Amino acid sequence: MGIVQPIATRRSATGILTGKLAVWWLIGSEIVIFGGLLASYIMMRLLHGDWANEAEHTNVVIGATNTFVLLTSSLFVVLSHYWAEKGDRDKAFKYMWLTILGGALFLCFKSYEWTHEIAQGYTISKSLFWSFYYVAAGIHGLHIIGGVVIMAFISFDLKKGKNMHRAELIGLYWHFVDIVWIFLFPLLYIAK
Amino acid sequence: MSNDHDHHEQSIWEKYIFSVDHKVIGMQYLFTGMLMALIGGFFVYVFRMQLAFPGAEVLGWGIVNSAEYNALVTNHGSIMIFWVAMPVLIAAFGNFLIPLMIGCDDMVFPRLNRLSYQIFLISALVLIASFFVQGGGFGGAWTAYPPLSANANYNLTPWGSILWLVAVALEFVAFLMGGINFITTLMNSRAPGMKMYDIPIVVWMIVLASILFMASVGPLIAGAIMLLLDQTMSIGFFDPAKGGDPVLWQHLFWFFGHPEVYVVLLPAMGIVAEVMTTFSRKKLFAYKTVLNTAIATGILSFFVWAHHQFVSGIDPRMANIFTVTTVIISIPIAEMCFVYIATLYKGSIEFTTAMLFALAFLVEFLLGGVTGIFLGASGSDIYFHDTYFVLAHFHYTFVPIAIISVFAAIYYWYPKMFGRLMNETLGKIHFWGTVISFNIIFIPLFILGASGQHRRIYNYENFPQLATDGMQNLRVVATMGLIAMLVSQIPFLYNFVTSWKKGKIAGNNPWKANTLEWVATSPAPHGNFKELPTCYRGPYEYGKMEGRKDDYWPQNEES
Amino acid sequence: MSAGSSPKKYVKVWFLLLVLFAISVIGPAFEIRWLTLITAFGIAGVKAFVVAKEFMHLNVEKKIVSYMLGSMFLACVLFYFGVAGDVMNSKGQHWEKKVYKVEKTKASH
Repeated sequence: MGIVQPIATRRSATGILTGKLAVWWLIGSEIVIFGGLLASYIMMRLLHGDWANEAEHTNVVIGATNTFVLLTSSLFVVLSHYWAEKGDRDKAFKYMWLTILGGALFLCFKSYEWTHEIAQGYTISKSLFWSFYYVAAGIHGLHIIGGVVIMAFISFDLKKGKNMHRAELIGLYWHFVDIVWIFLFPLLYIAK
Repeated sequence: MSNDHDHHEQSIWEKYIFSVDHKVIGMQYLFTGMLMALIGGFFVYVFRMQLAFPGAEVLGWGIVNSAEYNALVTNHGSIMIFWVAMPVLIAAFGNFLIPLMIGCDDMVFPRLNRLSYQIFLISALVLIASFFVQGGGFGGAWTAYPPLSANANYNLTPWGSILWLVAVALEFVAFLMGGINFITTLMNSRAPGMKMYDIPIVVWMIVLASILFMASVGPLIAGAIMLLLDQTMSIGFFDPAKGGDPVLWQHLFWFFGHPEVYVVLLPAMGIVAEVMTTFSRKKLFAYKTVLNTAIATGILSFFVWAHHQFVSGIDPRMANIFTVTTVIISIPIAEMCFVYIATLYKGSIEFTTAMLFALAFLVEFLLGGVTGIFLGASGSDIYFHDTYFVLAHFHYTFVPIAIISVFAAIYYWYPKMFGRLMNETLGKIHFWGTVISFNIIFIPLFILGASGQHRRIYNYENFPQLATDGMQNLRVVATMGLIAMLVSQIPFLYNFVTSWKKGKIAGNNPWKANTLEWVATSPAPHGNFKELPTCYRGPYEYGKMEGRKDDYWPQNEES
Repeated sequence: MSAGSSPKKYVKVWFLLLVLFAISVIGPAFEIRWLTLITAFGIAGVKAFVVAKEFMHLNVEKKIVSYMLGSMFLACVLFYFGVAGDVMNSKGQHWEKKVYKVEKTKASH
């Protein structure tokens, strides 16, 4: 559908590119969503001392591995942005796919982790601790899936040299998802 | 800057159904909102007839049983706030006005704009679907407190409650998307020369409202997910037996719920500012004050939410703090109203229908605001909470916001939307009919509330102290007022529809106003302006000016 | 250490993040409460800051963006402090949450 980009989109009274400004506002709205969820979790966790018994059973090894995977994928996406800015289509494409690989790996490890936990009876309804665990990590996981899908689309544009600025935009989103996990990890895995 | 939107002939689908043009999307929101208002209005007609004549058959519905009553009041409230006030004030007028008033050709993300309307439409359809499922529509009040809202054994609407919650969540997503579009457009796409203080107040207000919405709705989205799990899988986030806490829901809800009222108030005040300045032929009394006050109010609105929870068992020390902040927040809003009154002083007032509605907004809203003080003070709230006093208070604020200011906006911007003027005689009949009957509905409700009438009761005959003749007569008076108000909308609807083809041709600038939307033709074409305008001054240069013949000075005229 | 202009700098930042991460994982092994809190949560904060500053380039971005993000975060903090008084406590001056019992079985509490 040949929709002409309006002149409005190309203007920039703030000096910040329109697409980037929009991603910042998106991140802003997501901060409050995750913040509200995690604040509620923290309050309830501090109230329920007995949840420590449940928290014992989260898998620190997988959690830590996933943290490492996401941190590394953040590096890859910022490198993809760097090469996109330099105009190197192939390197930008390559690093974008390394990021996607990181996201996919994260999801694989999580699937394995959850499968085992559910098999052992730690289901979403076992205790409110696990309810928060699955909701928080689950919503985060949905954001990973969304990010991976969008990165795939953007990567094909990068290969053709189109919309190179979008490497930075999806990078910003991805860093945010990484930061959420940086807080989820101690909250769900370390705080025992 | 020349604006060349070269398009092939567009089909009906492209032009009206799947359009990405902000003006068309704005109208889609407007018409959807107006349709939902008819539904919400029908619901209030049914339940007010039940209250005035308990047990009698209601024309157009039948006998109202208690479950239906609860569903009617719940959905009346939800519809009016989420599917009428917000879409019309923010999405319809925001979409229509922002690009025109800042002098650009569309929103920055037209396709995201279209998607946000589509999600909004789906949310409305999901809500309507909830009325037809087994058990009927959700009846747990628009505030949806658990355990009533979480447990189908209590609410008896297993499907209705889920669909209601999904509809609200989708509406939130649509408005987050729309908000990002509005905020980014205002920040980046202004006409060259339009500095911060040259932006029309209504545009500022709609964008500030979008920011407020964004910053406050997050915890409620988290809460909605939790409630959905409680409803579908009995998880127990809000169930004390499972370690949850129902008060957590209340906080999650009202942390959003209070800023939400300012989310709808600010655009309404913006509309009134535009209409008042144009029809007093005078500058806005204190532009920067109005702007800074709006920002301060927005920030303060985050610090008052628990005044909705004074009697729910919150920590009384918190109640003290929230009393203080709540009483404080009345000050900036009152001050804004005084600034508007000062704008009128020594102005050359033109009593067009739009102006009448704008003036009525001020009067009625001030009454609403003043009655809020009794509720904001925790001591008196212990008596007033959950009575009709609260209800009358919030209708004295909400009806000016969602109905009166919207009518002002429609009469004012109809020429820009459709190229013709609405009929002024019919407009005045509509105005007096609406405003007088509005007061007839709600003054009795203040009295009833002060006499102890609780909310959300479907038949007061079951409460001997509340079933006195005096009180029942007041209920009947209120219902009669409602009928009068609903009937008064007929001249408006007739006017709206017939003026479209038969109204007087408006021309570009029928009101001789300054803001940039009046530079475009009426109606404005795709792309808005032949040549995108440059802005040379602020929006409110009205009145006698040295060296100028006219009493107005459009923003885009170089001299 | 400011990055942003070369891949090498980004890799250095990544390495710093890994070191911080390692500390945050090892810290809890000592089973000292305050140490765990600092290493797990304090370092999480530092890591978030580093990612925001160096990878998201908030150090060179226009200030308004940082103010906006900071305000959103403050809204979350406000929410926490406004609600914790009711939700986090099991009893207050004249009330208690009777429906369930708080079992303090873990020694670390």
